[in-house]
Amino acid sequence: MSEYKSGSNLEKVLRAGHFAFTGECGPPQGANVEHLKEKAGHLKGCVDAVNVTDNQTAVVRMSSWAASIILLQEGLEPNFQMVCRDRNRLAIQSDILGVYSLGIRNMLCLSGDHQKFGNHPEAKNVFDIDSMQLIHTVKTMRDEGKFLNGQDIDVSPELFIGAASNPFAEPFDFRVYRLAKKIAAGADFIQTQCIYNMDKFREFIKRAVDMGLHEKCYILAGVTPMKSVGMALYMAKQVPGMDVPDTLIKRLRGAGKGNVAEEGIRFALEQIEEFKEMEGVAGVHLMAIEWEHKVPEIAERAGVLPRPTV
Amino acid sequence: MIVAESKPIKELLEMVKDFNRILVVGCKGCVTVCNVGGAKEVAILASSIRISRKKMGREIEVGEHTLERQCDPEYVDELKDMIGGYEAVISIACGVGPQFLSERYPSSKIFPGVNTQFMGGAEEHGIWSERCAGCGTCVVHYFGGLCPIARCSKSLLNGPCGGSSNGKCEISKDVECIWDLIVRKMMEQDRLDELIEFKPPKSWMTARDGGPRRMIREELVK
Repeated sequence: MSEYKSGSNLEKVLRAGHFAFTGECGPPQGANVEHLKEKAGHLKGCVDAVNVTDNQTAVVRMSSWAASIILLQEGLEPNFQMVCRDRNRLAIQSDILGVYSLGIRNMLCLSGDHQKFGNHPEAKNVFDIDSMQLIHTVKTMRDEGKFLNGQDIDVSPELFIGAASNPFAEPFDFRVYRLAKKIAAGADFIQTQCIYNMDKFREFIKRAVDMGLHEKCYILAGVTPMKSVGMALYMAKQVPGMDVPDTLIKRLRGAGKGNVAEEGIRFALEQIEEFKEMEGVAGVHLMAIEWEHKVPEIAERAGVLPRPTV
Repeated sequence: MIVAESKPIKELLEMVKDFNRILVVGCKGCVTVCNVGGAKEVAILASSIRISRKKMGREIEVGEHTLERQCDPEYVDELKDMIGGYEAVISIACGVGPQFLSERYPSSKIFPGVNTQFMGGAEEHGIWSERCAGCGTCVVHYFGGLCPIARCSKSLLNGPCGGSSNGKCEISKDVECIWDLIVRKMMEQDRLDELIEFKPPKSWMTARDGGPRRMIREELVK
């Protein structure tokens, strides 16, 4: 066991060579624990770990660490997300120690959406460190047993370190280098932004493979099934760094009334099939946004059930 | 320069509504260059206040004076014989001005006439943008001579983030993604290796985070 970096289920599944399947669950905008449990319940047994978002889109929600603990109590493995927008390096390091102490073993390091998007645009942001430095901070704490100031930590937090990568943001040519930089900084696994432009992603992953990045890190391809044409248009036009090809929008439109969601799922399933065979892809990160109850069906139809136990 | 913009006249009138003798003080420094606080703007603001009061049928005396700089005690001293004759003083210098006036003339009531925005420059006539965050430790040489601390919405030292799209920042189509410019420039200069280098967390001790700053140049102190 000791050769594991964290011993998390996700790490074990990936290390054993299984095609990983992770999910996502946004904490409630309130203290509605029952609703959180219900949403997370749909994912139980269907995924290897559940990302718990951290005030995503800069909207205040139950804290990601608290929601992660609730998931843990429910028998799910959380992938605790942390953004740099809301915490300085003191809070970051103390939260890292805190979540590890409470049993969290996976952590995804993000910069965070700017507060201008959210429901408190008047807020002051922090960004004391960036996502790259956050990855490096966790690695330093885990592997060297040191805080950022160089002081010793008595018991190190053994976390499986995750990072995000957006192959579709610009400049495209630099994206694979930034991925390499995150891996060099200490990322053990990567979850990509939602993929819709498969051509562009194939090119991206080819470059990553050419650089040998897939051998240094597990890359999970991000999949978010489209629920409606409206959602596709919103993603295409309103979400920065999102690449939704017209052909997909046409395909969804062509499905006709009442069939769009099914067509969206079919597209996601086709993607997952391709990712299973794609060199450099170690799994899929399924972000079924406010569609958690569909995850069992998608997982079943994608042929990723039952999930392996390692 | 320090770039500022005028406070709305309504807000200013509300600030000084109780006073009938007002002095408007301009500055020939940055705020003159960005057309917001020089002698010309002093005259305009003074007239606006007079006109507004006239409409209300209330008497008012508005004095006008523009200093060489409001951030230097020797120039601020110039007001010593006139300031006592006014009930209120509106400084239309950057945020430094009203404070230097307040400190030099403790019994005077000082009001700010502009909103100080940032340290930046003129892109073209009438358009200014931010360039420097005054972090106290310049690092622009790592980034092709461009500053991500002042110009990236998240001050990323290892950007660009996933929100960079068409050269624009995720927060607004009106904001350029400085990281897009940094990457393109560094790649053009064949300096990708420098860009791939991990930039460690910055010490903010020299920035405002380290507390209010003061600089002493011994060789200049008498």
